Amino acid sequence: MAASYLEEGYSLGSWLTTSDHKRIALLYFAAITAFFFIGGAAATIIRLELATAPDELVSADTYNRLFTAHGVIMVWLFLIPSIPSALGNFLMPMMIGARDLAFPRLNLASWYLYVGGGLMIITALVLGGVDTGWTFYTPYSTLFSNSHVVLTLAGVFVVGFSSILTGLNFIVTVHTMRAPGLTWFRLPLFVWANYATSLILVLATPVLAMTLVLLAIERIFQVGIFDPALGGDPLLFQHLFWFYSHPAVYIMVLPAMGVASEIIPCFARRRIFGYRFMAYAILGIAVIGFLVWGHHMFVSGQAVYASLAFSLLSFLVAIPSAIKVFNWTATLYKGSITLSAPMLYALGFVGLFTIGGVTGLYLASLALDVHLTDTYFVVAHFHYIMVGGSVMAYLGGVHFWWPKISGRMYPEMWGRAAAVLIFFGFNLTFFPQYLVGAQGMPRRYHAYPEEFELLNALSSAGASILAVGYLLPLVYLAWSLFYGARAERNPWQASGLEWQTASPPPKDNFDSEPLAVREPYDYWLTGDEARP
Amino acid sequence: MACSKASLTPAFRPRPIAAAYRPVLDGVNAIFLTGQGDATARLARSAGFPYAWVVTPLVIFLALFAWAAAEYVRIYRPPPDAMPVFVVAKQWMWKLEHSNGKREIDELHVPVGRPVRLIMTSQDAIHSFFVPAFRIKQDLVPGRYTTLWFTATRAGEYRLFCAEYCGSDHAMMGGRVVAMEPAQFARWLEEGSPVAGLAARGFELFRRYGCSGCHAAGSTVHAPALEGLLGRPVQFSDGRSLIADEAYIRDSILLPRKDVVAGFDAIMPSFAGQMSEEDLMAIVEYIRSTGR
Repeated sequence: MAASYLEEGYSLGSWLTTSDHKRIALLYFAAITAFFFIGGAAATIIRLELATAPDELVSADTYNRLFTAHGVIMVWLFLIPSIPSALGNFLMPMMIGARDLAFPRLNLASWYLYVGGGLMIITALVLGGVDTGWTFYTPYSTLFSNSHVVLTLAGVFVVGFSSILTGLNFIVTVHTMRAPGLTWFRLPLFVWANYATSLILVLATPVLAMTLVLLAIERIFQVGIFDPALGGDPLLFQHLFWFYSHPAVYIMVLPAMGVASEIIPCFARRRIFGYRFMAYAILGIAVIGFLVWGHHMFVSGQAVYASLAFSLLSFLVAIPSAIKVFNWTATLYKGSITLSAPMLYALGFVGLFTIGGVTGLYLASLALDVHLTDTYFVVAHFHYIMVGGSVMAYLGGVHFWWPKISGRMYPEMWGRAAAVLIFFGFNLTFFPQYLVGAQGMPRRYHAYPEEFELLNALSSAGASILAVGYLLPLVYLAWSLFYGARAERNPWQASGLEWQTASPPPKDNFDSEPLAVREPYDYWLTGDEARP
Repeated sequence: MACSKASLTPAFRPRPIAAAYRPVLDGVNAIFLTGQGDATARLARSAGFPYAWVVTPLVIFLALFAWAAAEYVRIYRPPPDAMPVFVVAKQWMWKLEHSNGKREIDELHVPVGRPVRLIMTSQDAIHSFFVPAFRIKQDLVPGRYTTLWFTATRAGEYRLFCAEYCGSDHAMMGGRVVAMEPAQFARWLEEGSPVAGLAARGFELFRRYGCSGCHAAGSTVHAPALEGLLGRPVQFSDGRSLIADEAYIRDSILLPRKDVVAGFDAIMPSFAGQMSEEDLMAIVEYIRSTGR
């Protein structure tokens, strides 16, 4: 039997010049984990400052730099690459029975772009940071901010190319490298989700890149694009920015849906309910997701008719999401459910995503949004989607595929404990923010009136639990690398092709080219009758 | 596995609500759920869940949309008799001016029971006028007017926040709205050293900036008359038309070539960079006063 991909070389050079998608995935894991904890450190200081009403811990300017750093790092350096670039890089070729991605060296290049852009953003942070918020709204960002706006923009711009290249790689790979017998409707939903995500990455990210360039041009050369004094329009920036950044929400959550769709059938021992519906829902979200950006601008001064159209489309995009939640739930029906750590994360994902989605309907409702927008209600809403949703699913995926990635089993009880801790810590952190937002507390305030203090204190208490919850997996997963039990090929009796090879897999993934003869998620056959 | 082969429980048999979807159901099932032999698929076929799962949220969502949209449209339709108040935001304060020329900073006094209409702009970054107790919020965008209206229904003091991030002291850019009984408000409005009304100041500026040289009646220059312009339909030389509002007057002063009135030459110079936001609002108020 061939040596595993981990044994292909031990030197630093062998890692930094690898073109093996699995090793590149591990490079991504290392980088996004580092960025996650940097972004998390910013969040920790934010919650410490907000634990009490007056401004005590940091100055207003420091606070503004902290929430900007938190947003920029978490969005572009963690959430967007997390599932596609790390888990997806590892799994996409294996799930379709391929030896690698279509363009292995491009894959490595995209990691270098990502790390290079990330380091530019971190450099801007070290030099004193940026205070525009991750949204870079003009004219504040072009005329009034005295911080490292251009360097940060440049970093995000470079990271964007990493996204585009990864998306391109996935699209070509899925089209051209599927194993014999693996038709489109035999693909795991994780592949569907990352395929749809790749379409968004390739179509939306260039708009972000152009917008950031225009912003830099206005800031450096005083060319009137967004500045009304020079004949520009500040709302134009918002339209361009959200044309990317709303689809970006789906870049963050579609892959998470893919992860949940792998874990839930496996630990319920059921075929996923409504497989084709699930695949079409993914595509539906990706397409309609491009047409809802104006719902960020209901009080910005955009035309009332535009707001009406964007509100209607925002309700429509919620329908495929609702279908997915119904289908995950129906998959559990009459299932033989094991509450393993990945399953706890996946169920947590479904529950928290549902709360985030339903509160999204509040925000899509025009008159209600007038009150709720730019308050902590919005902050709570998108954290339920991005942290409660995407991060829970990401951690579920890391646990689920940990045996395949590392060849070791993680400690199950610790895994469950961390999942439960994160779930409770998360809800304690963010649920009070819905309430304080509905009471009218605006976002991006470092000090606030005393009537909001109790709910903020609860939120900060929850954040401390959440912090412990996020540190736990770091510790026990590292421990398991050395002391964990050796993993079998398929410890979960899961149905995907990636489980048919060794754990960890050899460099070329499969000893012989796999043949896809089974329907996806055929868990109703996983008894003796399914074994050849 | 045995459990998956169990027969359907009564709870998952077709219900009347699902049966109502039946005609289209079979078609949908034919497309999406063919050739799957497990109990889940049978369940889907028999109960028609996928279809019900599209239609049910759709109906609920459309109802929510319509309800919220109707309210939203109302927010953008001020009653014609609303009392105008001019708001200019800057880092990090609110400057407000009533039509009698009375000015306030970070405070807005209004009478209970009378609609109040805010005509707002910013002179630097974007800000947002947010009164949580009134459930209203509107961004103030430099370079244009945005408006907001409300009627205070109960006397009291209500918090005013800036809701759009605007730099260092964004969190400190607060204030209050004081709703008073109408008689009390009338007294408050007359308090303090008497100043020229906003419209009077606007008339003064109208002459000082030379507007009257062309726009006054009897001028030799061929320029549109401005009396009673607000609320009047205006026809442009390129065929467009609109109902004149504050934003239109502002644009005409700063960007005179944007909307050229039909029958006139584009000879007006731009005043961009010469007038402060307060002066612009005074001139707008003067033009409003000519229509009364």
